[in-house]
Amino acid sequence: MTQATDTPSTAPKSRFAKFWDSDFAWAFRHSPVAIIAALVVLLLVLAAVFAPLIAPHNPFDPATLNLMNGFTAPGTPNAFTQETFLLGTDDQGRDVFSTILYGLRISLFVGASAVFLAMIIGVILGLVAAYFGGWAETIIMRIADVQLTFPAILVAMLIFGVAKGFTPPEYRDEMAIWVLIVAIALSDWVQFARVVRGAALVEKNKEYVQAARLIGRGSIPIMFRHILPNVLSPVLVIATISLALAIIAEATLSFLGVGAPPTQPSLGTLIRVGQGFLFSGEWWILFFPACTLLGLALSVNLLGDWLRDALNPKLR
Amino acid sequence: MLAYIVRRAFQSFVVLLVVGLVAFSMFRFVGDPIDNMLGQERTQADIERLRGELGLDLPFPVQYFKFLQGAAQGNFGVSYRQGRPVSTIIKERAPATLELALVSGVLAITVGIGLGVFTAIRRRGFAANAIMTISLVGVSLPTFLIGILLIYVFSVELNLLPSFGRGETVMIGGWSTGFLTASGLKALILPAITLGLYQMTLIMRLVRSEMLEVLRADYIRFARARGLNDRVINFRHALKNTLVPVITITGLQLGSIIAFAIITETVFQWPGVGLLFINAIQFVDIPVMAAYLMLISVMFVSINLIVDLLYYAIDPRLRTEGKTT
Repeated sequence: MTQATDTPSTAPKSRFAKFWDSDFAWAFRHSPVAIIAALVVLLLVLAAVFAPLIAPHNPFDPATLNLMNGFTAPGTPNAFTQETFLLGTDDQGRDVFSTILYGLRISLFVGASAVFLAMIIGVILGLVAAYFGGWAETIIMRIADVQLTFPAILVAMLIFGVAKGFTPPEYRDEMAIWVLIVAIALSDWVQFARVVRGAALVEKNKEYVQAARLIGRGSIPIMFRHILPNVLSPVLVIATISLALAIIAEATLSFLGVGAPPTQPSLGTLIRVGQGFLFSGEWWILFFPACTLLGLALSVNLLGDWLRDALNPKLR
Repeated sequence: MLAYIVRRAFQSFVVLLVVGLVAFSMFRFVGDPIDNMLGQERTQADIERLRGELGLDLPFPVQYFKFLQGAAQGNFGVSYRQGRPVSTIIKERAPATLELALVSGVLAITVGIGLGVFTAIRRRGFAANAIMTISLVGVSLPTFLIGILLIYVFSVELNLLPSFGRGETVMIGGWSTGFLTASGLKALILPAITLGLYQMTLIMRLVRSEMLEVLRADYIRFARARGLNDRVINFRHALKNTLVPVITITGLQLGSIIAFAIITETVFQWPGVGLLFINAIQFVDIPVMAAYLMLISVMFVSINLIVDLLYYAIDPRLRTEGKTT
């Protein structure tokens, strides 16, 4: 992909044609799994972005809620109000389809932001460790090693707990989403740092880096302008796989009640709420959010697996 | 070898000091302990007296040292929420978590190794392929959804097994066990499967790939040429040589079982340490959080240390390398 987009070209059309002809695009066109996964992800992302336009109801506007609509089964009219809801309603009369759309927004936002933050931290620390070596490398990689011995979800949970302890009570609900993002990011940066360091150690000794050093470029431009573009493809793979893990981590934390607050429910929070109605027969409150989460996590995962194979010709 | 042990032990010690510092600063900077302990009607004299009693007027490093001293003796103060010593609460809750972890660990190891060997020997068989595909789906399912699915099938639809709690327990010298009653054992089944499933698939895949590697080796071919029967070759010759990585991973996964127990315990409302911790986070019960933080770090650090040292004990090749270098 980098080859296709980096080559200077005259017209945007030929750039697209070049991309279309590249190995990467060819591999994509010939993998039905990748195409389907990408379509599902695209669909869910679009649904999340345009949630306020698509959602038939605004689940967070109490004025539009009618308690009489509570527990309406999917697709059947409510006994009192005769209103029909595609995926049914929950105990408060909220439309499940709308809450899923808004929940998807929060899940994707938290997952993507966490991975992005983890990527920035990991890439910077990995580059610094590889380029400068010495004690900086020792400290960074030691911390990474120690952190790797703990499961990521536990690290995220502990960071969330500690951060929650430090936030003043009146801001806790407001801050929860941001704390969640930081907690997941801090539990996830190690993968990026290790991969970037490994790749950068190889690049560091290549001639172009020595040439750049000879003409007197500083360390920071060399690290970010010269080495970084050449270590990006493994970063992309890790980012995709991390996204699936981050989405599941977020859902798990929210399910446990230590993530997204009830005022901003993510898919995990919805599943948590839905679990309470499993025994009374209102299965749809749990089932549809769970399916959405599974579809999202599975597609991102498959996409990540495909990307790893496509960008690493050695494995083919 | 000795230098290695000393270095690893020192490193573990530093990790624990840092975790202790985090736990301690939570105590020190989140809220005022005096506020938590004294009611509305208090005098300045009361505050000063309690401050002196709790040692809050001492310099920071001295307080930190005192905290570590207390933690090492299992003294973490009093839970804000329950008003009882944290050590007592944890002692009450620990058997539930340990029993659950033990059963799922045994389940994961026995079934995991068994299925791993099976799928490696019958590599092209239909059953082996089916097991591999199912395991792939199992890995991508989040733990809590597996738990909910099991509850739905076995508790809601079939009404066979309880969906929450430990059932009846029997006290044996301060240890409450669920192993001795029928309802206790029934209550254990679903949580144990939920908790063990992920580790089971992991062990299975590992054993399978190691077995496939070993089965190609020359000494296996030679054993076949000698006319030994398949069972002896598969279990005495091949399986034995796959065990080093399996033991390492299994050891490291022991910690994960305790960590993932938090999720399983929440799904099944299992009255263990994990559920205690989750509730502590929800209600910002700092003494309980600090105690759990310390406890889990001690456990992880020691498991890692032991696994690293076991490496040397199990694999004679590493031992000779250690001597020459």
